[in-house]
Amino acid sequence: MALYLAIKEVWRNKGRFSLIASVVALITVLVLFIAALAEGLASANREYIEKLNGELLVFQEGTQLSTTASRIGRSTIAELRRVEGVNAVGQVGFSSAKLLPPDGGDEINISLIGVEPGLPGEPTVFAGQQLERARSNNVIVDEGVIARIGAQVGDPIRIKVNRGTTEEFYDLNVVGLTDRRQYFFQPAVFAPMITWDKMRPESSGQSGTELVSNVAVVKASDPGALEPLIQRIDQEVKDVEAADRQTAWEAIPGYAAQQSTLSTQQFFTFFIGVLVVGGFFQIQTLQKVAQIGMLKAIGLSNWTVGWTALLQIVAVNAIGVAIGAAGTLALTSNFPVTVPISLTGTTALTSVVALLAIGPLGGIVSVIALLRIEPLRALGMAQ
Amino acid sequence: MIALEAINVTKIYGSGVNAVKAVDDVSLSVRRGEFVALVGPSGSGKTTMLAMLAGLLKPSQGQIVIANKDIGQMSEGKRTQFRGRYIGFSFQANNLVPYLTAQENVELLLRLNGKLNRQGRQRAHDLLTRLGLGERLRNRPGQLSGGQQQRVAIARALIHEPEVVLADEPTASLDTERAHQVVQTFADLIHEQNRAGIMVTHDLRMCKYVDRVIQMMDGKVSRTIFDRRAILQLAGSASDLEGGTPSPAAEPASLGL
Repeated sequence: MALYLAIKEVWRNKGRFSLIASVVALITVLVLFIAALAEGLASANREYIEKLNGELLVFQEGTQLSTTASRIGRSTIAELRRVEGVNAVGQVGFSSAKLLPPDGGDEINISLIGVEPGLPGEPTVFAGQQLERARSNNVIVDEGVIARIGAQVGDPIRIKVNRGTTEEFYDLNVVGLTDRRQYFFQPAVFAPMITWDKMRPESSGQSGTELVSNVAVVKASDPGALEPLIQRIDQEVKDVEAADRQTAWEAIPGYAAQQSTLSTQQFFTFFIGVLVVGGFFQIQTLQKVAQIGMLKAIGLSNWTVGWTALLQIVAVNAIGVAIGAAGTLALTSNFPVTVPISLTGTTALTSVVALLAIGPLGGIVSVIALLRIEPLRALGMAQ
Repeated sequence: MIALEAINVTKIYGSGVNAVKAVDDVSLSVRRGEFVALVGPSGSGKTTMLAMLAGLLKPSQGQIVIANKDIGQMSEGKRTQFRGRYIGFSFQANNLVPYLTAQENVELLLRLNGKLNRQGRQRAHDLLTRLGLGERLRNRPGQLSGGQQQRVAIARALIHEPEVVLADEPTASLDTERAHQVVQTFADLIHEQNRAGIMVTHDLRMCKYVDRVIQMMDGKVSRTIFDRRAILQLAGSASDLEGGTPSPAAEPASLGL
């Protein structure tokens, strides 16, 4: 009975219910767009660290897990390798550079990342080959670079690095392509550590001739027991601080602030959605007081009345969310790769689930109001 | 056979010094096939009495027995269920579900009682056709006149073969001609289908179609009129006793309304 009445009412009042479904759809677009933006920005910030083939990152102690401030030398790497539970260690260095497109277009900001061939930190390629040689002009580029300049295996690329007031240019060969591994909002070019060390903008922080990176990436023998390993590293290796990947990317400057801002926006949009949907159904309830009173008088139970309303709310809300989600998907899929929008994350999925809840949450007041309608009063028969 | 019986029913609103006795020790019964009008001035207690007979209101004292069950003792949920099965309603206004067609509105009670089948649909169709709505089956209430809506409500009140059919001011929003048509049809169907019917009305002209008039005053039954001639006199159309046509324009007798 509840389903019958719910369907009939929605179907015979298509205009009214379409209106609220449209509002829900627009709220969905807004919430999902913010979620996609949050996810996209987060990915752009942390993608490389998130996809690392090592479980821990080791920073210089006292640098508050800052990849920019941290310096890790070869001697420290040797110490790390001796810690029990460490399977492999690779040096990773981060710097910024500019990529000069072969067609002469605008320079592209990139993250120039130094990695040790065959060790943790080097990304896995999906085309071409790994870096293999420690001293070479070979590089791996990520999909961000591929999307921007159409780089393929075997292509030469030229990067520009500012050293003080002078500009230096380096010609490199693309030997491998990897998936998106952005770091700090920039597409990534991976060079052998020694090559990177020669190209990076500054050489400060080096002690003698020791090769210095920003962090060390540790691959654990037992990825299920990271906490004891972190403690061992902190105790056994001087002047370092180990952290898991998530702790590391959350320490990226601005990451937490950016994400909390977007989460707040998302929450308030969601909250507005609850109010709008709740308001609509409450107005509808007020308009139906006499009708509901009559239905109860002729024998419809509170259960049936409540379910009818709830089914309508859930159905109309779900239709709105579906339309909104499809619209957002269509919209975001047409965005250029340079726009940090990602609808693939769990954030988007969580948002859809949350959006499906705005109807019942917003409508709960109206359902309670429906249940409280007294037939006598509604029909004007009360004293 | 008695279909409905009210035994020493009293309804008190409020308590202490604010207590108001809306219905005071009223007893009445209605047989199957009998159509009764409950009349009286505003505040006489007739609507409260109807609400109690309908199971919409619990009496403060006394019993209301329909189908051998004292509905005053039932829980809210049981009374709601009971209303759907044993009582048919026609209200003053807001009678119909606006998003259902005339046929669907009538079938609603069959659906509620799990009796909506091919025969039930046919019965709803036949009843509406009988009420002159054969061409309006697929119309929604908003597409029907007030009289047509009341006729749909009558069909809905009768379709599930209830023990008792109750009508609260069924002619309040109708013009005189349509009011007569509606009440006459109502009376005919109650007699034909052997139901017990009670109609609360201010319009004494409608009493010409009932078998008995119960007049209420200050919460009590002040007078019961069984005599046909007296009923017609009350309705202001005594000529009908000799088989004359109803006289819609006739002046109603005074009951101090």
